[in-house]
Amino acid sequence: MENKINYTISVYTENNVGLLHRLSAIFLKRHINIESFTTSECEIKDVYRFIIVVKMTKEGVEKVAKQIEKQVEVIRVFYHTDNETIFQESALYKMKSSSLFEERHIQNVIKESNARIVTVNPDFFVIEKTGFRDDTEKLYKDLSEYGLLQFTRSGRIAVSKEKMGISEILNTFKNQK
Amino acid sequence: MKNKNISGAEAVVHSLLNEGVNLVWGYPGGAIMPVYDEFYKFQDKLKHVLARHEQGAVHAAQGYARSSGKVGVAIATSGPGATNLVTGIADAQIDSTPIVCITGQVASHLLGSDAFQETDIIGISMPVTKWNYQITKASEIPEIFAKAFYIARSGRPGPVLIDITKDAQFELFDYKYSKCKGIRSYNPFPTINNTSIDNAVELINKAKKPFIVWGQGVILGNAETEFKDFVEKSGIPAAWTILGLSALPTSHELNVGMVGMHGNYGPNILTNECDLLIAVGMRFDDRVTGDPKTYASQAKIIHLDIDPAEINKNINVDVPVIGDCKESLKLITKKIQKKIHDKWISRFDDLMKIEFEKVINSDLNPVKDGLTMGESIIAINEYTKGDAIIVTDVGQHQMVACRYANFIQSKSNITSGGLGTMGFALPAAMGAKMGAFKREVVAVIGDGGYQMTIQELGTIFQLQIPVKIVVLNNDFLGMVRQWQQLFFDKRYASTEMVNPDFVAIAKGYYLDSERVKDRKDLKPAVERMIKSKKPYVLEICVEKENNVFPMIPSGASVSDVRLS
Repeated sequence: MENKINYTISVYTENNVGLLHRLSAIFLKRHINIESFTTSECEIKDVYRFIIVVKMTKEGVEKVAKQIEKQVEVIRVFYHTDNETIFQESALYKMKSSSLFEERHIQNVIKESNARIVTVNPDFFVIEKTGFRDDTEKLYKDLSEYGLLQFTRSGRIAVSKEKMGISEILNTFKNQK
Repeated sequence: MKNKNISGAEAVVHSLLNEGVNLVWGYPGGAIMPVYDEFYKFQDKLKHVLARHEQGAVHAAQGYARSSGKVGVAIATSGPGATNLVTGIADAQIDSTPIVCITGQVASHLLGSDAFQETDIIGISMPVTKWNYQITKASEIPEIFAKAFYIARSGRPGPVLIDITKDAQFELFDYKYSKCKGIRSYNPFPTINNTSIDNAVELINKAKKPFIVWGQGVILGNAETEFKDFVEKSGIPAAWTILGLSALPTSHELNVGMVGMHGNYGPNILTNECDLLIAVGMRFDDRVTGDPKTYASQAKIIHLDIDPAEINKNINVDVPVIGDCKESLKLITKKIQKKIHDKWISRFDDLMKIEFEKVINSDLNPVKDGLTMGESIIAINEYTKGDAIIVTDVGQHQMVACRYANFIQSKSNITSGGLGTMGFALPAAMGAKMGAFKREVVAVIGDGGYQMTIQELGTIFQLQIPVKIVVLNNDFLGMVRQWQQLFFDKRYASTEMVNPDFVAIAKGYYLDSERVKDRKDLKPAVERMIKSKKPYVLEICVEKENNVFPMIPSGASVSDVRLS
């Protein structure tokens, strides 16, 4: 069987209530686990970009991409391997402030990881780290020794190395009209 | 078209009229009452047919769409009204039937409060609709209706659901309608790639043993003429999927029968012998392909389809031709050489002879006393002269009807293909009749499926819709029983039915009805039914434990098709 690898699926859509449900149903129907899911308005006004990370075969991701593109409100779908994209994730780590002073080693961990301290108050402090999954994961492991109060990680955000040309697609439609 | 200060409910009616709708199927209820009030006022322009269950309404809309080629419309209230539509919507999605369903919804300020008859029909219907939308403001109505009809009928057709909150139905606004001409994120008619046409032509000209399998795409694309031209110029034998049936007349010399699980012997065997398979407007359903690994693996495959997502979905193909087959077939036909494939076609004839001896002869000329489904269908052919719309339900009778019914014109075979919805036929038949009133409509239904939507006899009676209903009664859920016999050591778990008196039930609805049990009574009864100008229920008591053959056991290769 073909190898399953990470694919970053980029879906450009109209802003429509419920589209999220329509997209997730496509994965649900095929029993595909979504590794990460992020959405926000993209560089074009009123056009949204979903970034979905899945572990699939090339054949599988191609079929799913076609099913997504078939949806009326989807403008275009792209899928890329990790090599074809620039991607990052963010993570936040909340810890007791006392540990910063009692466990001096924490300060080294923070320094070495190039993480940023977002806020410090008498009770807790929050560290932010942006990078690859391995980076945020390593910091998680290092810090959890000292007692993490909370940990959260964002979905992947990514830009492709190749051009996607969404504006051109939208302009073609405008010109046809 | 403009109207000042009208209600959302009135705008719904105007929008329907603007889309050329003059008939809708439905069932009223609290959250859709303002629209029904407008139906009352506009009843001379827009006919509303009251079904006996929302599922009946939606299947009727499907039947209407399939026989007329127009968009069918079904309407229901919120909550249970809406959820009762779901089976029909799913059926329309998988069989690409253009319908628009309209549901009432609780007032927008109550959304999410678990109000009386509130249900999230948008969420529920999302995976089974081509598109859906919830209207919460009257001003959205014209644009959303225009979009809904455009989406339902364009490209690969499908079901659309519009949910309208009750406050939006009451709200007043200035109505202005303009038809939808395009949506920027939606490309229903992909441009045909010339290279793919040339590649297809090259393969077709080179092929020694080419074989066409066509599906409903030919009918949905109004491409019957283009398809016939293609078949005739290429001289290639052509077989149909269950939904493609009737696009080419049964008697056409190049029509070699049905493919798939209960398809004909030759087309199934020779799928795995051809050197080129040309799939036109079909989607390689598992009931067609059997084991996909062995399906036509020796052949090159050309696939014509309007839906790019169907390409390489189930079967990998060599030459995809994406686009409207009405256009692509024309382009291909123009460029191919005219050919005759006599020797290759004689292979189909030879295998048909074997099928006739082993299966067809005993189906149609039984030696046993019990009537067969096959001879019932032949009797129908005789009196309709093969020019009826045959609406079938799901199961053994469906396979037998599709195998033996004669068709001379397109849009004449209406059945639930992809979803296999028992209970489809009776309501779909009344819809089909209303969509093609001049044509004879014969519903052929098993005793199981008949009882799933039998309440629609009430609709047929009230409107005197002259459909002819044939119940092939074997007192069994026959297809499941057949599988139990073949694959579960005859353990007939919950498949035997103790049935009511179907004639008495029909008479309870004041419908003409009779029952036949003996061979000598069959043809006269069918003749009386066809000659009747009124709705008619004919119960034919058939052999209890007959099986449908040929059969490809599920998961087996098409060439492992069994004759017994």
